[in-house]
Amino acid sequence: MDLFEYQARDLFAKHGVPVLAGEVIDTPEAARDVTERLGGKAVVKAQVKVGGRGKAGGVKLASDPADAVAKAGQILGMDIKGHTVHKVMLAQTADIAEEYYVSFLLDRTNRTFLAMASVQGGVEIEVVAEENPEALARIPVDANEGCTPEKAREIVEAAKFPADVADQIAEALQKLWTVFIKEDALLVEVNPLVKSGEGKIIALDGKVSLDENADFRQPEHEALEDKAAANPLEAAAKAKNLNYVKLDGQVGIIGNGAGLVMSTLDVVAYAGEKHGGVKPANFLDIGGGASAQVMANGLEIILGDPDVRSVFVNVFGGITACDEVANGIVQALELLKSKGENVTKPLVVRLDGNNAELGRKILSDANHPLVQRVDTMDGAADKAAELAAAK
Amino acid sequence: MAIFLNKESKVIVQGMTGSTGMKHTKLMLADGTNIVGGVNPRKAGTSVDFDGTSVPVFGTVADAMKETGADVSVVFVPPAFAKAAVVEAIDAEIGLAVVITEGIAVHDSAAFWAYASSKGNKTRIIGPNCPGLITPGQSNAGIIPGDITKPGRIGLVSKSGTLTYQMMYELRDIGFSSAVGIGGDPVIGTTHIDALKAFEADPETDLIVMIGEIGGDAEERAADYIKAHVSKPVVGYVAGFTAPEGKTMGHAGAIVSGSSGTAAAKKEALEAAGVKVGKTPTETAQLAREILAG
Repeated sequence: MDLFEYQARDLFAKHGVPVLAGEVIDTPEAARDVTERLGGKAVVKAQVKVGGRGKAGGVKLASDPADAVAKAGQILGMDIKGHTVHKVMLAQTADIAEEYYVSFLLDRTNRTFLAMASVQGGVEIEVVAEENPEALARIPVDANEGCTPEKAREIVEAAKFPADVADQIAEALQKLWTVFIKEDALLVEVNPLVKSGEGKIIALDGKVSLDENADFRQPEHEALEDKAAANPLEAAAKAKNLNYVKLDGQVGIIGNGAGLVMSTLDVVAYAGEKHGGVKPANFLDIGGGASAQVMANGLEIILGDPDVRSVFVNVFGGITACDEVANGIVQALELLKSKGENVTKPLVVRLDGNNAELGRKILSDANHPLVQRVDTMDGAADKAAELAAAK
Repeated sequence: MAIFLNKESKVIVQGMTGSTGMKHTKLMLADGTNIVGGVNPRKAGTSVDFDGTSVPVFGTVADAMKETGADVSVVFVPPAFAKAAVVEAIDAEIGLAVVITEGIAVHDSAAFWAYASSKGNKTRIIGPNCPGLITPGQSNAGIIPGDITKPGRIGLVSKSGTLTYQMMYELRDIGFSSAVGIGGDPVIGTTHIDALKAFEADPETDLIVMIGEIGGDAEERAADYIKAHVSKPVVGYVAGFTAPEGKTMGHAGAIVSGSSGTAAAKKEALEAAGVKVGKTPTETAQLAREILAG
């Protein structure tokens, strides 16, 4: 889960990373009081989870409280690369002498954590990495040893930070590592980390991405979720513990296992090329033990998507037997009917693997007018695409 | 021969007495796996009956190894306790730890991987968030259904569980030497490259099927490895061509960010290494079939 800048700032402050005072607001009028509290001027910053907001006009300097109200009014509601600005952060102004970059992240390739640091901050770090790779220091950090004072010193030296701020940056790095560890982050990034005119080190802007697998020990993270931005279908699926991602096509997809569902999306997209360009409408993995209830929950979400014109249920019976899955589908349709749902979208079902014959027989015997059986994955994808195109 | 697991393997189950552990221990026994014990510190000294087979429960992995000579552990311990379980297995220096558990925090898997490395990697880790591995007709360590396929000459390595099953099913008439599900998490113990290396060295494997998915650069690195070190034919499949950027597709590691981790890049890298890559699982199986038929 990626956080907004203001949320990252809060986590930095919580763990002692030096930040400037700031408050988040969602109406222009609120800017007046906040700016007064901040000393009469403020930087007004759009809160969007996308880079390049400065260039897009999402960061403005306000010279007094009235100006802050005006600037907040300009930025709130703005569209930045498809993200609508619902909140702005007002932050203390800073007198910037130099801009640096520091981060901790997971290095998947080497299966370790990595510190990255550069004296060239304030610009997109991908550009620095591309054009001037020797200006970006990369230092592995052992997950169990962590960012010790010695490690922090090593990073500072590798990045060639100036001597007058070396100690401050080393300390900030250790605090930032605390954020990384204590908050179960996958990324903590400060860009820019600035040296002020008075020679103080401040984290001016930051990015934090949290590991949702750690939610069990991070009860406070739930409140950081941006519920307003979530797609309503995705939110409904999440409430039912379903692994669902909304896509922009017309063929609803249900399958078991993440890899098989990803593969199903691809196969449907290929099939769609022959049928007017229809595409998958979603990713939905119902997991291993697909009970009737889980199947019904999944079907309900997918049938509730107005874009969906046909549904492809693609199940490979591994531990779960296909007869259980077939019963699940039949019961799910009955369950939806008894709830008063008028199901009219055709379902194409492909069952293979454990007890496939039995499962197919159950579907044939049920003879549901909306359900069609196709016994190969490619054939079923083709049928589902054809039905979606015909609607 | 097979890789990592054979009929000589003595298997223990960490988390055997939980509901998932019980269910799959029973299935593994039915597939002929030599399960010699379970581990649960609160139930040490007891035993569990699986359809007439009594399996003793030990307090620690080390005790279980001392008493039984176990060399493989299958871990079903829930995410919150999985790190401690894997660290225990590493401390006991068991040869192979197969971590089935799904949903382990990345900081935990990064920590146990760093720990394993600091101890000289005496314990091979497979997973986490994987279906385990099977050597058909010999032993099954994990949750792969044992009756999909028979022993044969194809080696399979895959990030995805159900795609493993699908591929084993497609090629069930030919059969498999071993099939290894390495898992879809950002940090995993055994990689595509580790499995490729083992299959290359295994005289009972004639062809390797490698299944990848979006996220990370493991497939690209595997392609480099194949080019330099693998003489056996390799057939590949990559899932996730239609996955949008920035959305996690079920597996914690399956995410495209920017231009990195795309299925197209992986396919291209594999093909450049001489790997035949199928467009769908069925087409991939067909490619394997054609190569084996000569």
